[in-house]
Amino acid sequence: MAPVAELRDAAMRLGGRTLWDGLDVSVEAGEFLAVLGPNGAGKTTLLKVLLGLAELSGGSARVAGLAPQEGRERVGYVPQLRAFDRQLPLRGRDLVRLGFDGHRSALARSNGDARRAVAAALEAVGASAYADAPIGLLSGGEQQRLRIAQALLGRPPLLLCDEPLLSLDPSHQHEVTALLDRRRREDSTAVVFVTHEINPVLPYVDRVLYLAGGRWAVASPDEVFTSERLSALYGTAIDVVRVRDRIVVLGAEGEIEACHHHVHA
Amino acid sequence: MRGMAFAVHGTSELAFTGAAGGLLVADNAVAGALVGAVVVAALLTALGGEARERDSTIGVVLAFGLGAGVFLLSKYHGFATAATNILFGDIFGVSNGQLLLLLAIGAAVGAVMLVIRRPLLFASVDPEVAEARGVPVRALGAVFLLILALTVTEAAQIVGTLLVLSLAISPAAAAQRLSANPVAVTWLSIGFAVLATEGGIVASLASDTVKPSVFITAISFGIYLVARVTGARRRPAYA
Repeated sequence: MAPVAELRDAAMRLGGRTLWDGLDVSVEAGEFLAVLGPNGAGKTTLLKVLLGLAELSGGSARVAGLAPQEGRERVGYVPQLRAFDRQLPLRGRDLVRLGFDGHRSALARSNGDARRAVAAALEAVGASAYADAPIGLLSGGEQQRLRIAQALLGRPPLLLCDEPLLSLDPSHQHEVTALLDRRRREDSTAVVFVTHEINPVLPYVDRVLYLAGGRWAVASPDEVFTSERLSALYGTAIDVVRVRDRIVVLGAEGEIEACHHHVHA
Repeated sequence: MRGMAFAVHGTSELAFTGAAGGLLVADNAVAGALVGAVVVAALLTALGGEARERDSTIGVVLAFGLGAGVFLLSKYHGFATAATNILFGDIFGVSNGQLLLLLAIGAAVGAVMLVIRRPLLFASVDPEVAEARGVPVRALGAVFLLILALTVTEAAQIVGTLLVLSLAISPAAAAQRLSANPVAVTWLSIGFAVLATEGGIVASLASDTVKPSVFITAISFGIYLVARVTGARRRPAYA
C-alpha cells in the first residue's frame, strides 16, 4: 500500500538558510510520527508543505498519493490552542461543523447530513455535553477535543497536528493525547504530530523525526533519544537522561531547555 | 465578528468624502458615496494586514479622507441641507433612480453573502484551519471589505455616514449578547436593524423637525441595552 504521506529527497531553504535537505520520510496508515526539534528547525514548515501551503525547495511531497494541494480533502488539521473572544457567536457544534462544509460555498449539502455527521463526531470525542456552549467560554482541553472532532469529521487518512498540547495543563495534555490515540486506532489514521515536548506523546509514538541544525533523523524514540544521536544532530554535546518513563534532554549550556521552554511565548 | 467596527466607521467616513465629491461633480451624493466606499475597500485590502495593524491604517486614511470631504463640501454651493443629509441621513430624500440602485446593490450583497457565508465564517473565526482546508482566506477578506463598503453606503442613505454604526454594528452586538448560534445571530441582527429603521421612521412622522436618524439610533441603542441586560443573565449557564 502507498504511504499516506511521503517526502522524497525534500529540501527547504528559507532566506538563504537550509532548514533541512535530503529528507526522506514516509508515514504509513495508522502510524504515529512525532516531529521534534528546536524552535526554527522547520517543523511547522514541514506541516505547511504537507498542507500544500508551502513549496519545497527541492524533492517531492505526496499526500495519499497526490500532490499536497490536491490531497487537502484527505487531511485533517489540529492547530495550537487559540484564544477565542468570549463574545464570539460560535458554539462548539459550529466549530465542528466548519470541518464538514466550512470550505464549501453555497448550499452544497443538506443540513440533515451535516447535523448527523457533527453529532457523531461530537459523541466520538465525548464533547456532546458542551457542544452548545459559546466557544470562548470553554477550557483549553475542551477546545482541543472539538478541534480533533472537527479534523477527523471526514475520516481523513492523515491527521496533521501543530503543537496541539501547547498551553494545556498536564491532565488535559494526557486526555487530549489519549483521545487522539484512540480515534486514530479506530480509523487507522496516520498522525504527524509536531511538538517540542516528547513526553506527553511518548506512550503512543511509533517513530520520531528529529530536525536540528540543518540535519535530521528518523527512527524509533529509543533510537533517536540517545546522547550520541542528538549530539550529532545539534553538533554539540547533548545529554539524554531517562527519569522513570520520561526523557530529559540536557544541552551543554542549557540551550536545549531554552529552546523547549521559551518557544511560542 | 471580524473585529471590524472601526473598519465600518472608517468606510462610512470616507463614503462621506465620496458623497461630497459626488455632490460637487455630478450633483449625485449616492453615486459619490458608492465610489468613495469602494475605493476605501480597495485601499484597505491593499494596505491590509492583521487586525491590529489595520486599525492604525484606517485611522490614517480616515483622518485624511474626512479633511478632503470637508474641503469638497466648502466648494459646493448648492442647497446647504445636502451636506447635513450626507452626514445625518435623509431617508425621504432618496430619488426613484437612487432607490433602484440601492435595491440592486442590496440584492447583490445578499446573494454574494448567501454563496460565501460558510467559507467566510470559517475564514473569520478560524483562519489558520480554514487556510489548511483550502479556503482562500485573503481573497475572502477582500470580498468582505467590498461587501462591507456597499452595505455601509446603503445604510448611510438612511442614517447618514456619521451614524452608520447604529445600523451596522449595534444590532449585531445586541444579537451576540443573546445567542452564540451564528445563524441565529445573523437573523436577529437583521431583525433588530429593520426594527430600528422602521420604528425610527414611524416615530419621526410625529415630529416635523427631528430626523428619523435620531429615532433610529435611539431605538438601536435601546435594543442593545435590553440585550445586554437580559443576555448577561443567561450567559453564566454555560460556565
